Amino acid sequence: MSTQNTDTSSISPPGKTRRVPPEFSILTILVAVAAVFEILGWIFQGQSFLGNPQRLTIMILQVSVIGIIAVGVTQVIITGGIDLSSGSVVAMTAMIAMSFAQVSTYARAVYPGLTDLPVLVPIAVGLGVGLLAGLINGTLIAKTGIPPFIATLGMMVTARGVAKWYTKGQPISFPSESFAKIGSGVWPVVIFLVVALIFHIALRYTRYGKFTYAIGANPQAARVSGINVGAHLIKVYAIAGTLAGLAGIVTAARAQTAQAGMGMMYELDAIAATVIGGTSLAGGQGRITGTVIGTVILGVMTSGFTFLRIDAYYQEIVKGIIIVAAVVLDVYRQKKRTKTT
Amino acid sequence: MQGNAKLAAAIHRHKQRMGEEVLAVEGVRKEFPGVVALDDVQLKVRAGTVHALMGENGAGKSTLMKIIAGIYTPDRGTVRLRGEEVTLKGPLDALEQGIAMIHQELNLMPFMTVAENIWIRREPKGAFGLIDHAKMSRMTRELFDRLKIRIDPDVEVRTLTVAARQMVEIAKAVSYDSDVLIMDEPTSALTETEVAHLFDIIRGLREQGIGIVYITHKMNELFEIADEFSVFRDGKYIGTHASTDVTRDDIIRMMVGREITNMFPKETVPIGDTVLEVRDLTLPGVFEGMNFTVRAGEILGFAGLVGSGRSNVAEALFGVTPAASGTIRIRGQEVSIRSPVDAMRHGMAFLTEDRKDTGCFLSLEVLENMQMAVLQEAHVKMGFVDQAGVNKRCEEMKAALRIKTPTLYERIENLSGGNQQKVLIARWLLTKPKILILDEPTRGIDVGAKAEIHRLISKLAGEGVAVVMISSELPEVLGMSDRILVMHEGHQTGILDRAEANQVKIMELAAR
Repeated sequence: MSTQNTDTSSISPPGKTRRVPPEFSILTILVAVAAVFEILGWIFQGQSFLGNPQRLTIMILQVSVIGIIAVGVTQVIITGGIDLSSGSVVAMTAMIAMSFAQVSTYARAVYPGLTDLPVLVPIAVGLGVGLLAGLINGTLIAKTGIPPFIATLGMMVTARGVAKWYTKGQPISFPSESFAKIGSGVWPVVIFLVVALIFHIALRYTRYGKFTYAIGANPQAARVSGINVGAHLIKVYAIAGTLAGLAGIVTAARAQTAQAGMGMMYELDAIAATVIGGTSLAGGQGRITGTVIGTVILGVMTSGFTFLRIDAYYQEIVKGIIIVAAVVLDVYRQKKRTKTT
Repeated sequence: MQGNAKLAAAIHRHKQRMGEEVLAVEGVRKEFPGVVALDDVQLKVRAGTVHALMGENGAGKSTLMKIIAGIYTPDRGTVRLRGEEVTLKGPLDALEQGIAMIHQELNLMPFMTVAENIWIRREPKGAFGLIDHAKMSRMTRELFDRLKIRIDPDVEVRTLTVAARQMVEIAKAVSYDSDVLIMDEPTSALTETEVAHLFDIIRGLREQGIGIVYITHKMNELFEIADEFSVFRDGKYIGTHASTDVTRDDIIRMMVGREITNMFPKETVPIGDTVLEVRDLTLPGVFEGMNFTVRAGEILGFAGLVGSGRSNVAEALFGVTPAASGTIRIRGQEVSIRSPVDAMRHGMAFLTEDRKDTGCFLSLEVLENMQMAVLQEAHVKMGFVDQAGVNKRCEEMKAALRIKTPTLYERIENLSGGNQQKVLIARWLLTKPKILILDEPTRGIDVGAKAEIHRLISKLAGEGVAVVMISSELPEVLGMSDRILVMHEGHQTGILDRAEANQVKIMELAAR
């Protein structure tokens, strides 16, 4: 794209004359990956991969928790940061929320008159715990200046510890019916898509979004432009933490139990979905739509491998390679862009 | 010992060539996108002399040095070393061919010892190919003895003072038995005694027949240490003279003496009330005792060398790095500015010196770049940006400032330097500032865009904005300012009125 020398503002009406949207290339990858599994499916399994609605539903259900987390992680990565704590925060909030969602059937034998807590209580507690974790991450990064990698690494270990300590390692089960409902049917998918839509709008149309991109693109310039960088970062990490908390609630509700080992490596899947979706680890670039597609790509891969009955060990190996390939592609894209200027 | 034996041989070789041309650069041209940095430039350095490069900031000295040190490749022209034409493939290649450069910012590894830093890549090997540290220390000590440097070779570099590090850098460069040694402002961080020691070392190197290229902004150094000097101006070669043949004023005239055409469309506007009043503004170790006022419609120019503290004063005014003491009054009211947010609330705007580092959001579009500051206070309802409203104002800015971009949705990094600068100016104009601080508003911008930006600044002053303009280009300061404040090493050395100011007076205050 060379800069034209003539002033074209009078000719072309002010409006969106964008080129191909950046999601297009990611969408192509999704189609390609799905097509590969479709072909392999006919060859090795004698049946269609995509032609099975039940499989697709399960696939989307499996990744919606990752997707909820990835929406928060995307915003963090756009600011040029990283959040390693989300998987552990999922476990911590799952445990704590579940403890407020248990049915009182048994307790009533001892304490007659005890009723179930309204379902809003475990939800509010879960979101609150996630928010708190995010606030701590953000405050550490903004006020002490330690790198996000370290701050969230600390939270990753600590939150996992809290999850174990909370019941001394015991799982918590028997949630109330209304709580379990959050994870049943297509509810996780609905929650994921609503969250994605909300933050897609926030990033594109609100001041919050504009400042998020600005900080990622150039924190010094953001500060000189009058943006309170520290306060804004706290907001972004708090949102990421709250979304991890929401993911924890959904996970616990879906499994109808909570364990300290839940959400293991979810943070890495969320980062992978974000990066595959075209968000640059360098900051300043990225979109929620890309992350949604990236999440679906991850889902298609997992589901496809299972469909082809490929050993779980191989799945991880291939997944690792694909994540690295996505980042290499990103670096290559960045280089190409700087060369043209 | 091998290294030092080679060194002794090299010294002998150098002495034989004393007075011969060791480095000759001819017809060199170097273009960067939108700027001709060097245009048909020459430089001839003789063995056993100190050759100073003189010129204003942006004259092309650094570019020329980077070509000689193999960092840039010239578009045209030749570099001859010891009479033979050479092609330098990179800094390492230049070093191996006998050209060593000591950069302004030191390039030592802080957690390695002095000896390790000097002999890196060339460590003496002992049994099993492991590094022989004892031998390395010994070699360092011999090298230091020759240069009369007293530093323990086995301490980590981070424990050394800046001056000592400078000496280590010089010793390292000498250890490559170079024929040409380039020093870029080596005294900028040294005290007087350290400078004296450095000059002793330089004189020693000169006696050994090395050709030394010396960049400085300090006039007295020139007369103390240099044998010859070459002057550059606007990327062009002006001339070479022996330092004994000329006076200080001659040199200043050669450095700045360009024709002033209508590059500076200064308008005469009514000067209003005092808007900004600064008293005893101090940030210890950076600048001290700044006292000045700026009135509505007035342009106060800031002159002084790079590093004299001009930008730091601007950053303090805008709250980027607040001052430690002193008062700032705006329209007579004392204000506390602890952050850029505070400054903006008081109607200030700040165009920073470094477009890339602190100005542009390079990965974002022109529109995003332009609207980022104004969103702080306008065009936002319930958190949502009134994009249609902002777009309209941004389109107006684009037209008014004649920003050349196909659309507002172009990425700013695809724009030329001048247009990027206009976008940043537009970012601040959208906030309708009462006080506008401009730090190097036209650096690295082609002549046409420069004149346009000057016209714009004049127009803003005409509308009653109080302008503070920092510039390293004297003609710009002289052409645009109503008054000129000159700084030298963190101190305000004088304020000149437009009528009495000229380049020589400013240089005298700036480079005493």
